[in-house]
Amino acid sequence: MSDTHAGHAESHEAHPTWSTYWKVALILTVITVIEVWCYYLPSFVATPYFVPTLLILSALKFVIVVMFYMHLKYDARLYRALFTGPFLVAMATIIVLMFLFGKFAIHLSLLT
Amino acid sequence: MTATAADVGHGYTTTGLPHRKIAIWAFIGSECMLFASLISTYLIYKGRSINGPFPHEAWTDPQTHHVYKAILNIPVTSCSTFVLLMSSLAMVLALAAVENRDIPKHTLGDRILGSSKLWLFMTALLGATFLSFQAYEFTSFVHEGLTIRTNLFGSTFFTLTGFHGAHVTAGVLWLLTMLGIDFKRGLGPNDALNVDIMALYWHFVDVVWIAIFTLIYLIK
Repeated sequence: MSDTHAGHAESHEAHPTWSTYWKVALILTVITVIEVWCYYLPSFVATPYFVPTLLILSALKFVIVVMFYMHLKYDARLYRALFTGPFLVAMATIIVLMFLFGKFAIHLSLLT
Repeated sequence: MTATAADVGHGYTTTGLPHRKIAIWAFIGSECMLFASLISTYLIYKGRSINGPFPHEAWTDPQTHHVYKAILNIPVTSCSTFVLLMSSLAMVLALAAVENRDIPKHTLGDRILGSSKLWLFMTALLGATFLSFQAYEFTSFVHEGLTIRTNLFGSTFFTLTGFHGAHVTAGVLWLLTMLGIDFKRGLGPNDALNVDIMALYWHFVDVVWIAIFTLIYLIK
């Protein structure tokens, strides 16, 4: 029994400190401000970089919350697998459906 | 050494990990699938509504000549997004306070940071504030002519954000229950797992909103 509990204790590192949590909150706020700022820049919205920039910033926020607030960076690998497995399937489903319904188009003429 | 039946009975699986925490991660994984289906439905129907109001462009009804302005209110939603992000901060501070309850607090700052009641209350309050923003948004949309039956945008938008709002509501009720337990007998390190499980659910609701905010509100 003690081995099992010792295994449990070894399965994760110590959680971050309060100061780390505050810094993470500050970073999340700054990223959100940048996202909204991008939205109000018509010259940037018109460029092809607008959507990828927003998607990257959003993904960054997502990863920060999952790694630091949900402690996936510090917890056992099994939790990471339980989350990332279905998450990747969900992402793949969205991308495949986008192709299936013509939201993404592969311009074959560019390849020939 | 393998785990005994007694270990499993005390809440640990043969992996040495608490089964309730494994269950909540598996549940969160299944929730990823649910929200992926709702988000992909929204994206598939995006831009395919015949009648307005539309999310980012004004629309004139050809029959009544009534002009409908772009329906999404980015400043209000930005505020609600900030509120939900701060609720996640309050949630991790509540968990840290429960985990470190036995550590002596000497200064006022330590006592504030170490008050699980304060941070649980703040999380629930911020969650309720987010729901108030959503209720305001839904009400204003209906007044401006967009309901769940108006067009494809209305159907997919209200379904997706409504499901998310229902999850936030469940989270607020869970938080209030935990706060009630804290007031009744106090939450200590022995309760850290219960608070951790609730925190995981709450942060998941937050990350779903991070995706929704970008995909629905910001990308035109």
